[in-house]
Amino acid sequence: MVRVNRPPVDTPPDVTPKDPLGIHYRDREKSITLESLTEQIERQREARRRERPDGYSVTSQAETEVHTETELLTMNIGPHHPATHGVLRLLTTLEGEVVKSAAPLIGYVHTGIEKNCEDKSYWKVIPLIERMDYVSYYFNALGYCMSVEKLLDEEVPERAQWLRVIHLEMCRIHSHMVWLGTSALDLGAISMFWYCFRERDNILDLFEMSSGQRMHTRFIQIGGVADDIPLGFADKLRAWVKQMPGRVDQFADLLDKNEIFLQRMKNIGAVSEERLLELGVTGPLLRATGNPWDLRKAAPYSSYDKFDFKIPVGTVGDNYDRYKVRLMEIYESCKIIEQALDGLPEGPWITDNRKVALPPRHELATSMEALIHHFKLVTEGIRVPEGEVYVPIESPRGELGCFVRSDGSSKPARVHMREPSFVNLQSLSDMVNDTYLADMIATLAMLDPILGGIDR
Amino acid sequence: MPDAPGLELIANAIREKIAPDAILATSYFREQACLEVVPEQLVPVLEYLKTDPDQGYTFLASVHGVDYLPEAPRLGVHYELLNMKRVERLRVKIRLDIESPTVQTSVHLFPTANFQEREVYDFFGVVFEGHPDMRRILMPEDYEGFPQRRDFPLGGEPVMFTHNEPEGPGWYE
Repeated sequence: MVRVNRPPVDTPPDVTPKDPLGIHYRDREKSITLESLTEQIERQREARRRERPDGYSVTSQAETEVHTETELLTMNIGPHHPATHGVLRLLTTLEGEVVKSAAPLIGYVHTGIEKNCEDKSYWKVIPLIERMDYVSYYFNALGYCMSVEKLLDEEVPERAQWLRVIHLEMCRIHSHMVWLGTSALDLGAISMFWYCFRERDNILDLFEMSSGQRMHTRFIQIGGVADDIPLGFADKLRAWVKQMPGRVDQFADLLDKNEIFLQRMKNIGAVSEERLLELGVTGPLLRATGNPWDLRKAAPYSSYDKFDFKIPVGTVGDNYDRYKVRLMEIYESCKIIEQALDGLPEGPWITDNRKVALPPRHELATSMEALIHHFKLVTEGIRVPEGEVYVPIESPRGELGCFVRSDGSSKPARVHMREPSFVNLQSLSDMVNDTYLADMIATLAMLDPILGGIDR
Repeated sequence: MPDAPGLELIANAIREKIAPDAILATSYFREQACLEVVPEQLVPVLEYLKTDPDQGYTFLASVHGVDYLPEAPRLGVHYELLNMKRVERLRVKIRLDIESPTVQTSVHLFPTANFQEREVYDFFGVVFEGHPDMRRILMPEDYEGFPQRRDFPLGGEPVMFTHNEPEGPGWYE
């Protein structure tokens, strides 16, 4: 065949396939894979046609062949998906069944709580803060109240601190029960869901007994707690906490011999301790790698140094370790609750500083001063000296830090939560890369994100 | 926590090793140490605090944006550093003008800053130069304005119902 030497009219576009993972995922979202590969093949054909002066082209087998090693599928999971534990959207790129990248897209339940807090007086912020991470509401309230107490330089009575610890540890178990139930549900173990939610309901009954609400209780107040525990609460809690370790044994028995569960747990999703620290991950995820970092021990707050408990740690940091660490934490929480009930000190449960806490009801009938304080607190709120504080506490998901800036008025100038779920979510892509899609669901469950906390 | 003299030692070390005018102020409030740094020197200071064996603030706990509305450099970005060995926390703070709030990113030092700096950008409009993915994170991508600034009104966000749908901005179509 005679080849005509033509000057190249226009160089055909680059036909070598780019590294699909090198493309930014927003561009990948638009068109990847078969669509773009067909385009690529078309371009190759076009280039061949240009080479032939007669414009006749023959499609060879080699040209239509799709490069299997670059055939990627972009799949969107969520935001409304039962296995994402909330309104989380994951943009995953799959090669066959293997996850090549997973980008979490968040913000679907952003409700502007932090902005709203700036328009409320200090004590009215607590109910809003509690609704951020909606399964560990006591922790949010404690983080915020401790920040304000630090700004006020207010001492919390010892009984209040112990009552806080009791409720915090109950809330930790509550959070772990929700996590365990929904995680096991993701893997098909539906009975676990009912068992865990039965225990969760028992905790909610106890919350209802002590504060009147089942969720978002507003029990923790600036300067103490809302009320003393009622008569009979201690006995009911003691009975419950006594049978809880046995229940956890049952859960462990159900899951530890479940082959389906184990296949998705053991040696899946392990990330090294160094990488997790770089990514700012704390809580059970970090402890699963063997790092015993727990703020309750490292920097004790709210009388945690008076209790005898251990920090469970894992060894390799895979999903199984994460599961085991959380399960063991429930036993330790039970131990703390029992100790707190045994040694609960007598005394006031809220500070007697009338500029911070409401006077008791009976004083209002007899004391003019109490009435004035009550009126000032309810109408204007607490005036907090200027300053900026950051108070970290250990939530069930890691370091929950509350930053409060006060400008001297009765409303906070800035409330910011360092939500552990928000920070921990960054480690998801490290955990799930090159694992199966079904493993990703399990890994996400073991990450335990709470989307109310992430989006705030 | 480094106590007040410890904070001055850190500040002096930074003045010697990074730049004599790197530190604008030090403050010690309610047992919390805070260094206020010139924005240009933020990344060298963070790098020094992270890598120097005497300091060892290897963990970035949190990044907050703050709007100090009536004050002159209006915006602030706080970096809460943590030394896990000594369990000491140190806050590094910068103040930025509202006109062009720009600062170098610290994602290469602390990968955890990725989401957190995006959050500060989302709510305060502070642009972190060199950030791998400087986009909004919690607000919709076509949102206008930076809602956590103090002059951004609370409420007034139009809520779309069927009856006022034609008056809407139209992005939903």
